[in-house]
Amino acid sequence: MNARTTRVLQCSAVLVAAGLVLTACGSSDESSSSGQSKSPSAFTGRGPITFAAAKDSSGVVQKVIDGWNAQHPKEKVTFVQLPADVNQQRQQMIQNAETKSDAYTVLSLDAVWTSEFAAHQWIDQLPAAQFPLDEMLKPVVETVKYRDNLYAAPQSSDGGILYYRSDLLKKAGVSAAPTTWAEMKAACAKVERLPEAKDMSCYAGQFQKYEGLTVNFSEAVNSAGGVVTDANGKPDVDTPAAKKGLDFLVDSFKDGTIPKEAITYQEEEGRQAFQSGKLIFLRNWPYVYSLAQKSEVAGKLAVAPLPGLTGAGSSTLGGHNVALSSFARNKATALDFIKFFTSHDSATTFLKEGSAAPPYADLYDDRTLVEQYPYLPVLKKAILNAIPRPRVVQYGDVSSAIQQEAYAALNGDKSSAQALKELQADLQKLSAQQ
Amino acid sequence: MATRTPPETAANRHPGTAPRRAGRSAGPMRSRRGRKSATAGSGRMAALLVSPTLLVLTVVVLYPTIMALRESLYGTKGLDPKTGFISDTEPFVGLQNYADIFGEAGERFWNAFWNTTFFAVVTVGLETVIGVAMALIMHRAFSGRALVRASILIPWAIPTAISGLLWRWIFNSDGVANALIGQQVLWTTEGFHAKVAVIIAEVWKTAPFIGLLVLAGLQVIGKEVYEAARMDGASPLRQFWHITLPLVKPALLVAVLFRCLDALRMFDLPYLLVGSQKNSVETLSMLAQNEASNVRFGPAAAYAVVLFVYVLLIALGFVRLLGADVVGDAGGPGGKKRRRASLRGRVEVSA
Repeated sequence: MNARTTRVLQCSAVLVAAGLVLTACGSSDESSSSGQSKSPSAFTGRGPITFAAAKDSSGVVQKVIDGWNAQHPKEKVTFVQLPADVNQQRQQMIQNAETKSDAYTVLSLDAVWTSEFAAHQWIDQLPAAQFPLDEMLKPVVETVKYRDNLYAAPQSSDGGILYYRSDLLKKAGVSAAPTTWAEMKAACAKVERLPEAKDMSCYAGQFQKYEGLTVNFSEAVNSAGGVVTDANGKPDVDTPAAKKGLDFLVDSFKDGTIPKEAITYQEEEGRQAFQSGKLIFLRNWPYVYSLAQKSEVAGKLAVAPLPGLTGAGSSTLGGHNVALSSFARNKATALDFIKFFTSHDSATTFLKEGSAAPPYADLYDDRTLVEQYPYLPVLKKAILNAIPRPRVVQYGDVSSAIQQEAYAALNGDKSSAQALKELQADLQKLSAQQ
Repeated sequence: MATRTPPETAANRHPGTAPRRAGRSAGPMRSRRGRKSATAGSGRMAALLVSPTLLVLTVVVLYPTIMALRESLYGTKGLDPKTGFISDTEPFVGLQNYADIFGEAGERFWNAFWNTTFFAVVTVGLETVIGVAMALIMHRAFSGRALVRASILIPWAIPTAISGLLWRWIFNSDGVANALIGQQVLWTTEGFHAKVAVIIAEVWKTAPFIGLLVLAGLQVIGKEVYEAARMDGASPLRQFWHITLPLVKPALLVAVLFRCLDALRMFDLPYLLVGSQKNSVETLSMLAQNEASNVRFGPAAAYAVVLFVYVLLIALGFVRLLGADVVGDAGGPGGKKRRRASLRGRVEVSA
């Protein structure tokens, strides 16, 4: 009896000690890799690697990986599926980096994360010469750079486009899609005179207090000729141009161009409203196209670039990039895989089977693809006119500040001038911390 | 934790009394010395048996707590403007993270703090009233009672994440809630209505929990007590106030305490129902999570520690002031005296 208890004690003591050592290992190594130079690090080591990305509903990512695995039986890639929620993906990747784990080799990053991941040295600088960046759309290439160095390879892009009810516009005698906000409101006024459009609202985007509001606010500001942060990353949002952009949203809420409930809309709520015939115009991402074709408004809709103040507006950029974790092994294999994964061939597969917007310019003009995805030319225009969201290290904080002030203005808690003034102060404080 | 405690306390309980009993059962034949060594032996045995549990608790509870305390003394990593890289180490800032709470930057903290407190007080208050009512209904003998009991328990059985989504659809701009009240309230925007939405969903979900515990308390009250009261001509209200409530109090207090602690660390329901970073419903847990997700582990840890202390104080207050008997008869930090007193109380009740 006594001997047994001692053994139990010994065992548990060993376990405890092991636990302490493990956790201590995880937390104490804060000293290494500080002197990393700015030049691309050496890519050495070959062997099996992992690819961490969001859950892949279409199965096309696994298909592309299978293609690689068939050619490279000794350097197999395992697909690590992360949660579908963007914030959770980011958190898992940050956790992986904070513990300097080598569990994830290649990371699929949202386009706005590049600066943050690069500044924390969670991802390696990549050799720019080895990627066909000149064949890609320029705004997309901008999203993979931090301080002019390449930190990721563009895998897919995304841009906001304007969906509209072509049937109603035609009936009301509006021949072309609007290119300015004023034209859009005029078109709505005509359409709303039709008996079947009696209860419809004019326009909606994503105005709930979340990342989508940052996107819609930035688009409004950019489409009016303003900027959130200038080319050097300095905030410059307290300007007359930016005010005109925000005023468009605020006034539209006031005069009913945008329905009141749109303040609760995320992507899906807006899509539902458009599909059930409550909206004439909707700003959303390309994914809506194929879904709307299966809904009540099938065959009654068309797409156009986003309107702006005096001419075509600018979309913000979405999309995903592929980066190499600094703490991974087998980086030579990883670099080859990144090249393979972002190649022209892979991008074609992603477009054909997963309807992901490719970074390569020529795919948007491919006639057979345009037949399958009629929005491609519009999307190309949207991406070429697109302005990236602020490229800053503390993107999360910048986005929260934008949401906070823009939401207050849309709700009527603050005037747009006041909101922009306070946003400028917040952003300056954030950039001073950098 | 509480459910894990009884076996441990059973082994640990009354190191003084246990051997006395053992000695008594061994009979008066035993010498004084023999009794003493038996005492020492079983005491050591008890300590040995408990030590693995204590060690595991140290690793899973104490170590993370201490790490969080330590982390809360560090600031956020800075950016080197020349290289564009974030520094590798976090600066030691001492109690700065705590001091900031009282400074200019503490506005968001206090907002979250009051939201947390408000939700805890209001939801637990409503849940208690509704839960007791549910228990009384479930306790009644009528046909179809099993069905009623089962249906009352359904909300508690649904995971919070799911019920959050469920209520989000109900509180949608053209959801059921607006259809019922006949006007358009945008529940998931900022404002008092967002708080109301969270409270409704939370009470719906957790009132059955209180109902369940109170029902268990009700079922041990003997029928003859009520019969005697009826003979004395006590009205049903008087019976409820003077018999049911006092007798069900121990169970009710434990239920309310558990709900309080749960409500104070509320996170998933407001997060899913209304959204993160909404000032009107942001709780301390949401704030800490948000700070951590923006790679500011120091302040996040500080907020978590404050929440921890807050919860601890509430729990202590419950145990000290109201005498909630949380872990069977060996309640919290009450000390030996208390334990004996509560034991004695129990004996009286069962006698």
